[in-house]
Amino acid sequence: MSNPENKPKFRWHIVVFLAPAVLVYTAVMIYPLFNTLRLSLFTEVDQERMFVGLQNFRTLFGQSVWSDQFWNALGNNLWFFVVHMLVQNPIGIALAAILSHPKLRFASFYRSAIFIPTILSFVIVGFAWKLILSPIWGIAPDMLDAIGLKSLYAPWLGKEAYALTALSLVSVWQFVGIPMMLIYAALLSIPDEILEAAEVEGITGLAAFWKIKLPLILPSIGIISILTFVANFNAFDLIYAAQGALAGPDYSTDILGTFMYRTFFGFQLQLGDPHMGSTIASAMFAIILVGVCIYLFGIQSRMRRYQF
Amino acid sequence: MTNSKFIGAMLATTLLAGAAAAEDVTLTIESWRNDDLAIWQDEIIPAFEAANPGIKLKFTPSAPAEYNAVLNSKLDAGSAGDIITCRPFDASLALFEAGHLADISGIEGMANFSAVAKSGWSTDDASTQFCVPMASVIHGFIYNKDAFVEVGVEVPKTEAEFFAALDKIKEDGNYTPMAMGTNDQWEAATMGYNNIGPNYWKGEEGRLALLSGDQKLTDEAWVSPYRQLAKWGAYLGDGYEAQTYPDSQNIFTLGRAAVYPAGSWEISGFNALVDFEMGAFYPPVQNAGDTCYISDHTDIGIGMNAATPNKEAAETFLNWVGSSEFATIFANSLPGFFPLSSAEVTLEDPLAQEIISWRGECESTIRSTYQVLSRGTPNLENDTWNASVAVIKGEESPEDAGKRLQDGLASWYKPQM
Repeated sequence: MSNPENKPKFRWHIVVFLAPAVLVYTAVMIYPLFNTLRLSLFTEVDQERMFVGLQNFRTLFGQSVWSDQFWNALGNNLWFFVVHMLVQNPIGIALAAILSHPKLRFASFYRSAIFIPTILSFVIVGFAWKLILSPIWGIAPDMLDAIGLKSLYAPWLGKEAYALTALSLVSVWQFVGIPMMLIYAALLSIPDEILEAAEVEGITGLAAFWKIKLPLILPSIGIISILTFVANFNAFDLIYAAQGALAGPDYSTDILGTFMYRTFFGFQLQLGDPHMGSTIASAMFAIILVGVCIYLFGIQSRMRRYQF
Repeated sequence: MTNSKFIGAMLATTLLAGAAAAEDVTLTIESWRNDDLAIWQDEIIPAFEAANPGIKLKFTPSAPAEYNAVLNSKLDAGSAGDIITCRPFDASLALFEAGHLADISGIEGMANFSAVAKSGWSTDDASTQFCVPMASVIHGFIYNKDAFVEVGVEVPKTEAEFFAALDKIKEDGNYTPMAMGTNDQWEAATMGYNNIGPNYWKGEEGRLALLSGDQKLTDEAWVSPYRQLAKWGAYLGDGYEAQTYPDSQNIFTLGRAAVYPAGSWEISGFNALVDFEMGAFYPPVQNAGDTCYISDHTDIGIGMNAATPNKEAAETFLNWVGSSEFATIFANSLPGFFPLSSAEVTLEDPLAQEIISWRGECESTIRSTYQVLSRGTPNLENDTWNASVAVIKGEESPEDAGKRLQDGLASWYKPQM
């Protein structure tokens, strides 16, 4: 029986409610993204924009003037990421584990204190740490002196060997609150029954963390890793605030973001080149896309989930 | 009825007022010097308006970092002012080539400027001029007179004396011999390489030879400044590798350093901060009696929007900018930005006087990397920053630095291939 009332009506309210978000997102994210990708296929000759296909990419990867800078920036970016993965995330997990301990006092105070740097501006963090580490006015040399370790002090931000690691650690200091919060939430969601059952079996303390809690928070660690990856390969602000667009000393702190900025907007006498800049931006987009895909299809789909 | 009369009267006055205003031409000036707003409003604009009734000026600066972008979009949209403050070299040349800046080679005031002064705002063959040169900055060394007396050193004239003085200050131990850091990189090139370099490459002679391809960056004249810079590292303070530009300024103005490799733009800032007497000396020459060369770098120019409806008034104004009246007002309100005009100018600030007097003793040139040579990739200016820092730190030998820069330049600049 074909009653017209049974035929599903087109649900207009879905379109209406989605429209604002879709429009805003398209205008500020999707359109600029595709326009950047498009721009990387053009170049400017005598005030005219010209389509050149993949020529810009050939220049970026084929000419040593460009490719050396690109690989240097990519290498630095990888190291930036490695430091975050090896320092920020383990510390974040450890802090969360400690904070979730039921007997810890002032837990919420510590939680806020550790999280506060995350909401500070990069410029504040960059300048504050530049001052702390400054060989002239900084408190770092005096503090080391006070415990008799003055010989360990070096003007880290000015030395090629240390500058990138020093800035990575500053970034770790700033953002360690994020993995801590995410893991903390994941740890709180583990039902007490499971932990009690484990306790009955004789698994307590550290063993309980390694054998019960850690496997249960693995999906959260995966999410944190991918967030760190995306954030690190898009990073720019801290390096720019601390070392400027030339990412000194001798490009040792140059990451993809600063390299792209310098090329796109120009620097000092170097005039901006939006087309080469877009080419670098497209390469960054590709790198992040590949990284996220590897995670999504290679790791996340194999991860075991536990339903409580 | 009274009401409509009233409105009618109001409309009439508006029309009259409009007609009165239309007799005056108002010129709008685009600039990045928002620091100078007060000087324009209190000194420059009244002086011009008094001399040229019928032309009004409006100074509308934007933030320095945004200026180029703001100006470009205004020019493209056709809403830019009549008068445009010009950055030196390629940024303005690009505007001229895009048809935004008018050709003003013909105006009378232009006769007051030397070829070096005009080079910042002319086409590569120097045939067409698109901005009137306004001000330059001179490089040299500012020193702490009290410190020199205390340690007992004289103002150095030659390189040997320069390093002897630095050695003595270092031995004395009370002062950091020289306040400069390498963290921000540009000081090493601007206050280092391009400050001391002209003495070696003989100013304009060497610079033009480099432009024409007759000299190379691997030549002795271009490598020697690096050899001197390599010796500087020992006289900079502890941890100079991470010392920033404001750090250096503070160290010097707090009286902790004896010598400050400087640009003349520091004068007004330093005057307000120091409580000791400052002096200045030009870059020491190699041997006593050699001609000295100074970097007298063109920094600000002023030109005309090609689309301006008030062409005549704009030309009158530009002409006035070339006069000695403007030069005197400008130079005295902003000690350290020196007028480029050859017209006679009297300066009141003693330090500024000392520095501008070098023009009489020495030959002027501009920074070697600014004209044409920083147009390609790799960018010679950026590379010079990098190389100067590497040489000061001892991470690259002067010869290697010269070779690296030459290779980079030769990769895109035809006369050097």
